Formats: sequence, C-alpha cells, structure tokens
Amino acid sequence: MVQVQAQPDASRPIAPEKVREGIDLTVNGERFVHTGDPQMPLLWYLRDVLRLTGTKYGGELSGADLVLLDGKAVPAMGVPMARLAQRKVTTVEGLAGADGSLHPLQQAFIDEDAIGCGYCTPGWLIAALDLLNRKPRPSDDDIDQLPVLCRCGCHTRVRRAIRRVANGGQS
Amino acid sequence: MSAGVQLSRRRFLQVLAGTAGALVIGIPLAEAADPPLPPALLGDDYRGLGAYVRIDSDGNVLIGTRDPDTGTGTSTALPRIIADELDADWNRVGVIPLGLGVDNRNGQPFWRYGHQTGGLGDSIPAAWADLRQAGALARWLLTQAAARRLGVPAERLRCQAGTVIAPDGRRFGYGDLAEAASKIALPTAPLPLKSPDRYTLIGQPAGDVDARALVTGQSRYAIDSDFAGALVAVLAHCPWHDGSLGTIDTADALAVKGVVKVVQLRPEANRLPGQTVRAPAVAVLAENTWAALQGRARLKLRWQPGASGSAGSAALEQQATDLLDDKNATGQLVRSDGDVDSAGKKAARRVEATYFQPWLAHATPEPMNCLVRLDKDRATLVVPTQAPQQAWAVVQRLTGLAPDQIEIQVPRVGGGYGRRLDHDYVAEAVMLAKAVDKPVRLLWTRQEDLAQDFYRPASVQRLNAVVDRKRNLIAWTQRVASASALAGRGVPDDRLWASELQADQLPAGLVPNYRSSWYRLDSPIPRGPHRGMPHLANAFAAESFVDEIAHALKENPLDTRLRLLGEPRQIPLANGGTLDTGRLANVLRLVAERIEWKNWLRSVNGLGIACWHVNGAYVAHAVEAALQGEKLGIVRAVCAVDVGRVINPLGLEGQVAGATLDALSAALNLAVTFKDGQVQQHGYKDYPLAGMAQLPRAVEVIVVPGDRVPAGASFLAMPTAAPALANAVFRASAVRVRRLPLMKELLRLL
Ligand code: FES
Repeated sequence: MVQVQAQPDASRPIAPEKVREGIDLTVNGERFVHTGDPQMPLLWYLRDVLRLTGTKYGGELSGADLVLLDGKAVPAMGVPMARLAQRKVTTVEGLAGADGSLHPLQQAFIDEDAIGCGYCTPGWLIAALDLLNRKPRPSDDDIDQLPVLCRCGCHTRVRRAIRRVANGGQS
Repeated sequence: MSAGVQLSRRRFLQVLAGTAGALVIGIPLAEAADPPLPPALLGDDYRGLGAYVRIDSDGNVLIGTRDPDTGTGTSTALPRIIADELDADWNRVGVIPLGLGVDNRNGQPFWRYGHQTGGLGDSIPAAWADLRQAGALARWLLTQAAARRLGVPAERLRCQAGTVIAPDGRRFGYGDLAEAASKIALPTAPLPLKSPDRYTLIGQPAGDVDARALVTGQSRYAIDSDFAGALVAVLAHCPWHDGSLGTIDTADALAVKGVVKVVQLRPEANRLPGQTVRAPAVAVLAENTWAALQGRARLKLRWQPGASGSAGSAALEQQATDLLDDKNATGQLVRSDGDVDSAGKKAARRVEATYFQPWLAHATPEPMNCLVRLDKDRATLVVPTQAPQQAWAVVQRLTGLAPDQIEIQVPRVGGGYGRRLDHDYVAEAVMLAKAVDKPVRLLWTRQEDLAQDFYRPASVQRLNAVVDRKRNLIAWTQRVASASALAGRGVPDDRLWASELQADQLPAGLVPNYRSSWYRLDSPIPRGPHRGMPHLANAFAAESFVDEIAHALKENPLDTRLRLLGEPRQIPLANGGTLDTGRLANVLRLVAERIEWKNWLRSVNGLGIACWHVNGAYVAHAVEAALQGEKLGIVRAVCAVDVGRVINPLGLEGQVAGATLDALSAALNLAVTFKDGQVQQHGYKDYPLAGMAQLPRAVEVIVVPGDRVPAGASFLAMPTAAPALANAVFRASAVRVRRLPLMKELLRLL
C-alpha cells in the first residue's frame, strides 16, 4: 500500500499564525476565544454566542443562571467576559460524561423526581454541586443556603437528591 | 372515509396510516395542505395530521400531548393515560408536545384536539374524558391484526406491555402488527375502556418524561428557541399602561454595536387586556441580547403618566375598608342561605375579623418571551403559553392569515400561574416582526416582568359569625372588597365577583344562615387571572376565621371544624357537583393524626390546621411552627388530598408538595405595592420568594386512594397552606396575623 503524505512546500516559509486578540476561556472542557465586547456578561455569551441554553435567564438572585467558574457557583449574569481569561466555566451541559453517563447528582435529581417546570433545575444542580465539592456530606443548614429560587416548590425533593448523593446514592 | 371512532361530540379518531409500516392514530386534518406539527410523530409524509399515538414497526411508541406543561406534569400524566389503555410498554414510549392543533373550516378555526390549555387544573379530567379512546382504538386494531394472523378470535387474546398474547402463549410485538393494524376497518362505535383492575400504569409512580433532558440542559423552552436571522428585542415599557411617550432620543441606543433598530409600540384601541400590547413601549432590536440590553439602557425616554398615574395600593386599601365600614354601602350578593339578620337575634356570641391580602405578581420563572417568524402566507411561533388557542387569536388578528397558516409550538413552559392566559407579549412580538420584516426573539427582563403584569388584586375581607347558646355556628357573613380581576375583560358587571368569591366556598352549605357578597372597587392597575384565584384569598380569610371562632369558644379548632362538617353527606353545590363532607372530614383527620394533633394544647411549637375543597377535590394542611425571637421556623408541613383516582402518585406528590411551598412562600413574604401608579418591586430583591431556609425541610403528603373520576390538582394544595400556617403562628405566639405577607405583619405585631 502506498501512503501519500502531504508534504509542506519547503520553498515557502510558514507564516506564524496571527495571535487572535480576545479572551481565551474554557467552557465545558472546550476552548473558546471571545472577540466581542469584553463587558458582555457570561450569560449572554453562553446563550447567544455558544447557544448553550441550559443556563437560564431568570433575573438577578433567581439562581437560574448559576454556572461553575473554576469550580465555584456564580451567577453568569454578573460576570463580564473580561474577567474570564484563562478561566474554566462549567455549565449544566458539561456535567454529564462525554459518553453520556450522568453525574450522580443528575441521576439523583431523576431518582427523586426533583423537577417541576424544570426552569430552575440547572441552577439547583450547579449550586448543589458547588456545595458538594466543598462539603461532600453537607448538613441541612448547609443545604438551606443554596441560592436558587423555585416557584414549583422542588426544595424538599432537591434536598433529598443532595442527601442521596451525600449518602453514596442511597435515599 | 368513515367518520371514525368518536372521541368527543365533534372529533373523531381515525387511522392515519403512517410511513414505514407504522400505525398512527389521531384526528385527521381536513385538507392536509402543508401543515405544521411534529414530523417525528407523523412521519414525513404525514406532517400535520392530528395524531395522538404512533406505533412504529420496531415497536417504539410515540404519544403526543396536547396541553402545555407549565410544570404540572401533564406531559407525563396524559401520555400515561393513553399508554395504559394501549397496554404499551412504558419503557418504549416517547412523548412529544403537539403544539396548537388548528384546522381551517370555512375560514374559521377548528380546534383539532379540543382541550388545549395548561395549568388550570383541568388537563387530567379532560384527558380522562376523551383521550383514553385513542389508546383503546390502537389496542383494538393491534388485537384484530393479531387475531387474523393467528386465526384466533380477538376476544381470546390479551395485551401486555406492548405485546399481544394468544392463549397458547404465542405472542406478537405491537411493532410486528402495526402495519397490518393500520389497514383494518375501524369499529363503528366507541370502544369499551379497561376496567380499573387491569390498569398497569395508572396509579403507578412515574418520573417526569423530560427528566433526562432537563438535568443535562438539553430541554428547550421557548426562551431557548431561535430562528436563523432573528433579531433580539428587549422593551422599555411605559410605567403606566395608560400613559404615553413624551420625548424620545434614540441616537445613543442606535450607536451601540449590534443594535439594528428602535421601534415604538402602542396598545391598539378597544382591545381587551391580554390581547394587545399592555402599555406603550419602545423596543430595541439587536443582533444579540447584550447589544439590545445596552441599547435599551441608552434610550432617552420621557414617559407621561395617564389616569393611573395617581393610583396607589395604600389608598385603595383605605377605600376598601371605608366601603366595608359604610352601613349604606351595598355589595353584590353572591350567595344567601337562610336569614343572617334574624339569626343574629339568637346570638350568644359574635365574632368579627377583617383580613387583608396584598396584590401579587405572577413572577413566572421563565419571563415573558416569544419567538416569531412571518413569511408570506405563514406565521411560525414558539410561545410559552397556557392557552395556544388564545395566542392564535392574537396572531390571526394581527396578521390576517387563514386559521391553518398559523403554527404555534409550545415547548415545556417555565411556569404559568395564569399569566400566560394573556398574550400581550405575543402581540408585541408579532408587531415587531412586522415592523422589521425579520424574525424576532422577544425577551422581557425580570424587571419588566414584575412591572408589566396583570396582577392578582388585593382584597379586604370582613367576616362575621353568630354562635348560639349551644355553641352552634348559626350565621356566617363574608364580605369581600376588591377590584375585580375580571373588570374590563368583557365580563358583565353583575358577574365581576366571580374572580373574587365562590358561591360554594367553605363554609357555604354547612351554616344555615350564610351570606357572601362582593364590594366593588375600581382601579386602573391591570389585573388578571392568577393561580388558585379566588380560593387562595378566601381560604386564608375563612379558615383563619374558623380558628378565631374556635378560640372565642375556647375549643379545639379541629373539633370546631369536624362539628361544622357534621355527618358524612352530600351537599349540592351551586356550581354543580356536590360537597362530600365525609371526604373533607377524612383529609382533615388524616393530617391531624399525622401531626399528632392531640398535642395541640401542650406542644411548645404551634400547630395549625385548615381544610378546603376545590372542584370536587379535597385538601387539608397541618403545620407546626416554631417561633424563636423574631425567627419563624416551619418545622413540619403535612398535606392530605383526595382527588379521586390518581394517575401518577409521584407526580401528584410533587404537585402537592410544590404547591404547598409556593403558597407558603407567597404568604410569608410577597406583596406588590403601587405608588403613583408605579410598581415598587423591581426584582427578586423586593419580591423575595422564600428560599430553603424559610421553608419546611419536608412536606409530608398523604394521598387518599380513590376510584372516582380524577380531579385536577395543579393548585389544590395552595389555599390551605397559608391559613394553617397563620393558625400555627397564633398557637406559637398568641399573635393573630390577619394581614399578608405574614412575616412583615408578625414582626410588626410581636
Ligand atoms: S422547577 Fe419550576 S421553578 Fe423550580
């Protein structure tokens, strides 16, 4: 078998790639360069530019727009792109494994049916994950502090889902 | 073509032979020109047929849901009603929202699916009445096909989890039979439905069908939808719906990179609220949301107030109180039994109390938004609506298109609560798409959402009770003063009370001399339907008042209630149906037992109880509250419901727990106020929904098993939560809170 390989044309020097001006960040493990307005809040970058719509707009304090920024939950509305150079963002779309396997917390939400209309669900997941990262066995008082608003009243089922993960998958 | 199997008076099921050997059952479209609707359900060749059930040759089943799911679980419960009748294997059932089903009947809309509203508590009863027939028909056809193949009479075959099984054990999967079944002539009469002992899915717990998509962020709401080339529109609304634009300077806004256009909108004259733009507005259209928001921030606008510019909630409350104090004022009589006045002569004891409840906003988690594309002869919309048929009417009027040229998709909706029965935001989006000749993606900010609502009106209620020497409650008067939510909505003046009072609400029917009446206030503040109205407000007043009567009589409030309910019996209701006092007493006893009511006097924490009935369903709450200094803790919340047959116990438990928490959240913290006609709440900072710390850590839900026609439960558990809490707070603190929001009033009184 003959293998054909593309040979670089040695007669012409390779021009160095132009450095792209912009903000270099990682979202769900993928690298992106934002070249638009540095003041654009991360929320609109995710939703409008990357079309990652799992992170919701619910308004200030709603918690629907929480994302993990270097592992810590922050409202994406309040973070301008300018602050994200070399930072790592994880959204609800990035919680499952590449093979589609769910994070134990996602599975616990399904098992406890911790879902109403579902609009706040990404917020709960991110907030709870941040808590579990800091404290693998959180107390009820810790869980009480989760900064998410929910009209469907999923609070009690979310609490059960978090406890389930803390107990290693047992309800 | 035969008429098919009757589904309801005007709708018939037929086999819409699908592609690739599938069996598709649904309501056919008269002329399937180029209609919309989920291709996945129908197969590419059958777009637009009003299908409910599709069985593919591989055995997979797809079921369409007609009612918008605003978080009430209908996208799980409705398909399970069909799937059970079909004897489908639930693991192989997929679910897809149908979107609006509208046909063109001589220029008039014909609603293909009949019922198509969500979040009003009637989705399950409506589905129970007709949708089971779709599953039954599919099962019948598959059984007939199997009978022919096996040479065995159909009566001797049985179905189980997606297979037809012969007496000798031979079996066929539904997929193998689908194509043959699609060629069998339909039965001539509606099919008999399963007997309840054969239910396999109904009554069994099932998680939300969208759960996986929701926890992975893949679920798309209307707010997440987009069309190629769509401009994002954000609005600056006039603070006064009847105000006007004084001056405008758009130069800075237009200078923002990405801003394309600024457009002014005005409400159309002589349109009912909710069918046109709510208030004058200036829209900034841009290539992305951030540019649009920045453009809006740079608009220089001066708004002129209209007549509502002097409206204030405090003044209106004063008017209400004055009206109830005025001996000469007359209200509209809603119900009158016996003779309240002469009953007063036998009074051994009289009790009077006045309750106040504030204005409320809907604050749907997903703010108002709408995606629209207008093509020649076609409008395509993605709308978070509870009533796609009403959204259709707005689009039709603004575009002049034929009924079936309008496609409305309704993905999962982030909460409704009645706000999405109005379609002002749809009118805005359509007007903007016309103005810019491009698809438009309209988004309201939270601040707009709170400031531009159709609010639940505040009310002042005065209750009077007369108790005779034998401690019998012999007279009850309930007078409600409010600005009706129905005013200005085409409802005749003598029916405006209907959103404010119910003729059948407790304790009507239980007290020999009973009178309820409504006192009309007028207000320029826009109002509209609100989840659980008017039960929420009235149960708080009535069920708090029963406790006050018990306290006056030095009685256990549970005993007072049980005595009032009396022997188990059926009491006819003015609105049809009956009040079953036995079922109501039962839920009351269940929560009392669970919370160990026998300790109510001794318990350090306060125990409170309340009961109510809504549309043939029964509910009771018991709450345990602890007061430490100024900190109120809800230690326990127990809720018992009796809704007849339960379709999905897990879904029902979620609804009941969720409604309990939402009602507690509102009762604890929430109020909208107006000053100079403007809303004073601008975000969640001023409209603080309760977080986990304020709410009970568990809601103990007790579901009474039953076999009656299922009643809706979407807001059933709301009315009794607040009075049970207020009653518990009274036991814990000796402070009677007669004014909501509770926390503010409690701290004032402590
Ligand atoms: S699930 Fe609807 S707001 Fe939380």
